[in-house]
Amino acid sequence: MKALKELSGVAAPMPMINVDTDMIIPKQYLKTIGRSGLGKGLFHSMRYNDDGTDNPDFVLNKEAYKDAKILIAGDNFGCGSSREHAAWAIEDFGIRCVIAPSFSDIFYNNAFKNGMLLIRLPQEQIDELTEQAEFGSNAVFSVDLESQTVTAPDGKEHTFEIDDFRKHCLLNGLDEIALTLEKAQSIDQYETNTNNAHSWLNPAAG
Amino acid sequence: MPSKTLYDKIWDAHVVSTEPDGTCLIYIDRHLVHEVTSAQAFEGLRLNDRPVRRPELTLAVVDHNIPTTDRSQGIDDPESKLQMDTLAANTKEFGVEYYDELDQRQGIVHIIGPEQGFTLPGTTVVCGDSHTATHGAFGALAHGIGTSEVEHVLASQTLLQNKSKNMLVKVNGKLPAGITAKDLTLAIIAHTGTAGGTGHVIEYSGEAIRDLSMEGRMTLCNMAIEGGARAGLVAPDEKTYAYLKGRPKAPKGADWDAAVAYWKTLHSDEGAHFDKVIEIDATSIAPIVTWGTSPEDAIAITDSVPEPMSFSDEHKQSSAARALEYMGLTAGTPMTEIPIDKVFIGSCTNGRIEDLREVARVVEGRKIAPNVDAMVVPGSGLVKSQAEEEGIAAILKEAGFDWREPGCSMCLGMNPDRLEPGERCASTSNRNFEGRQGHGGRTHLMSPAMAAAAAVTGRLTDVRTLDTAGAPA
Repeated sequence: MKALKELSGVAAPMPMINVDTDMIIPKQYLKTIGRSGLGKGLFHSMRYNDDGTDNPDFVLNKEAYKDAKILIAGDNFGCGSSREHAAWAIEDFGIRCVIAPSFSDIFYNNAFKNGMLLIRLPQEQIDELTEQAEFGSNAVFSVDLESQTVTAPDGKEHTFEIDDFRKHCLLNGLDEIALTLEKAQSIDQYETNTNNAHSWLNPAAG
Repeated sequence: MPSKTLYDKIWDAHVVSTEPDGTCLIYIDRHLVHEVTSAQAFEGLRLNDRPVRRPELTLAVVDHNIPTTDRSQGIDDPESKLQMDTLAANTKEFGVEYYDELDQRQGIVHIIGPEQGFTLPGTTVVCGDSHTATHGAFGALAHGIGTSEVEHVLASQTLLQNKSKNMLVKVNGKLPAGITAKDLTLAIIAHTGTAGGTGHVIEYSGEAIRDLSMEGRMTLCNMAIEGGARAGLVAPDEKTYAYLKGRPKAPKGADWDAAVAYWKTLHSDEGAHFDKVIEIDATSIAPIVTWGTSPEDAIAITDSVPEPMSFSDEHKQSSAARALEYMGLTAGTPMTEIPIDKVFIGSCTNGRIEDLREVARVVEGRKIAPNVDAMVVPGSGLVKSQAEEEGIAAILKEAGFDWREPGCSMCLGMNPDRLEPGERCASTSNRNFEGRQGHGGRTHLMSPAMAAAAAVTGRLTDVRTLDTAGAPA
C-alpha cells in the first residue's frame, strides 16, 4: 500500500447523496482481471455523453477540477456493490482523498486498502467545504493525516476522527496481509482451540 | 456474565487478537468466491508467493457475468470467458473447490452457500459481494468485502475488523396475507433510509420474523446492505436446523448434534444492549414498490409518485427530482398507472424455489401482457431442476415467461441480460440504481408476486387486486 501523510490540491465538489459504486464505476469496467487503468471509467454515466464525448457540465470535466486531488461528496458515498473497482477508479483518476458526511462500510474499507484517505465530517462542515470548493482552482485544500486536519482555503482547520490502527497503516504504507501473517501463531492457536471445541465447523466433504 | 446480543456472541467467538485501538483480527469460517472480484486477489497471492491457508473453507462458483442461455457450447463474450477461465485456473492452482457453468450445483453464490449447507449458524461468512448479508438468515455473521480483503482471507483465513454497533429491528405482529419478506425488507429500508444501518449489524426479531421461512429470512437479510448495515442477522431456530439437516456440507452424526446444541445458545440475551432499536408494525405493511433510484425510494403500491418538495431535506429534494427525471415519472401519478416493458424474476434476493412458486401461483392460467418481455432466472441449477420437477417451469413457460439458466443475470446486467435505455422493468432484484440493469434502464423493485402481477397486466399492479384488475387469458 502507498503511504499517505499529507495532501494538497483542488477539491471537486459533488454534493449528491447516495452516490453508489455502480455510479462510480459501472458494470462494463468490472470484466477486467487487473486493477489498473480504471480512472477512465470513473463516474462514466455522468462524465460522458451517449456518443462518448465529455459532458461539459460534469464537475470533473470542468477545467478547474481536471486535476482534482480531493473529492467533497454527499452523505452515504460509495453505497451499494462491494466492487473495489470503485476505489481503484478514483485512485487511478488521481483523487486520493474523499471527504463526506458518511461512507458505506465496505467502500470505506476498500479505499484505505488502496492508500486512500476517507474523511468523515458533519454535514454543516461539508456544506462549508463544498461552497469553498466551488471556487475551483483558486481554492486549495490541505489534508494532514498526522494531525488529523483538513485546512480549507479560508484557513479554517477541520479536525477529523480516524482509528489509530488504520492511521498507522496509511501513514507508513504497511502491507496488512504481511502484518497479519506475522500473527500466524495466534491464528494457529485459534484454529486448534476451535477444532477441539467445535469440530462441526469443518465442512463435510459434500 | 453480562448480557450479550447475538452479534456480540458470534463476534467474541471469532476474535483471534486485538490491537490497542480495538481493531480485531477476526477468524473467517466460510469464504465464497466468484469470478468478478477474485482474479486480482489470487494474483496478489501469486506475486507474494503465498498459499491459500485453508482451501477447504473457500467455495467458488461462477455467477455474475455468465449468460443465462445454453452454455454447453461455450461462452461468446471474450472478456466474460477470460474471467471464468481465470477463476477455473486459480481455483485449480490453489486447491479451492469450484462449481463451473455446467455443474448442476452452480448458481448465485448466496443461493448455493445455504443450499450446500456450507453456510451455518454461528459462523463468519464473507464474500467479495455486498449481498453476502443474505447468509445472516442462518444466524451467521456475514458481510461483503472488497478484493483486497478477499486476498487477506485467502492468505490468512482472517480479516482486520472494527466491531460494529448493535441495531435491533423488531417486527411486531403478523404480515397480512399476500405480504412477503420482500415487502417487509423494502418497508424497513423506506423507514430507516439507505444509510440508517451504516456502522451497525442489524438483528431482526419479532413474531413476523419467526414466521418467515428460511427463504423469506434470506430475502430479508439480503437487503440489510441496502439499508447500509454491515450485516443482518436472524437467530437460528428449528426452521434453520430443518433447512440445513442433510445438506451436503452440513455437519453429520455426532457433529450435527454438537452443532445444534451450540446453535441453541445463539440468541440475544434478555436485557442485551442495542445501540439503536426500531419497531415496525407488520400488520400495516402493504405490497411495496420503488419509484426512484435508491432502495429507500419505496412506497406502497396504493400510493402515488411523490413530489420532490415533499421531502424535508434539501439534499433529498434534489435527489428525488433527479430520480424522477431519470425514471421518466411525474409526481402525483398513481403507482398502479405505470406501464412496464420487462419483468425480471431472479437474483440472490428472490431466485429461490419459494419465489418461483409464488410467481407460478399468480400467473397460473394467465398470460403475460403482450407489451411485456418477462424472464425467469432460477438462482441455481438445483432450484431450476426442482422447479421443473414441481411443474413450476411449465406454468411459467405456458404464461409466456422465458425460462433461463442460473446466474446473477439482469440484477446487475454484466451478462447480455439487460435493459435498453428508457426501458422500464418490474424486478425482484435488490438495486434500482441508475443504470444498474442497463444504461438508461428504469427499475422498480418489488416482490415476486408483485412482479408476476405486473407481467400479467403490463403495468405496476397491486397483486391483491389482480382478480378484478387483471385480464386473465
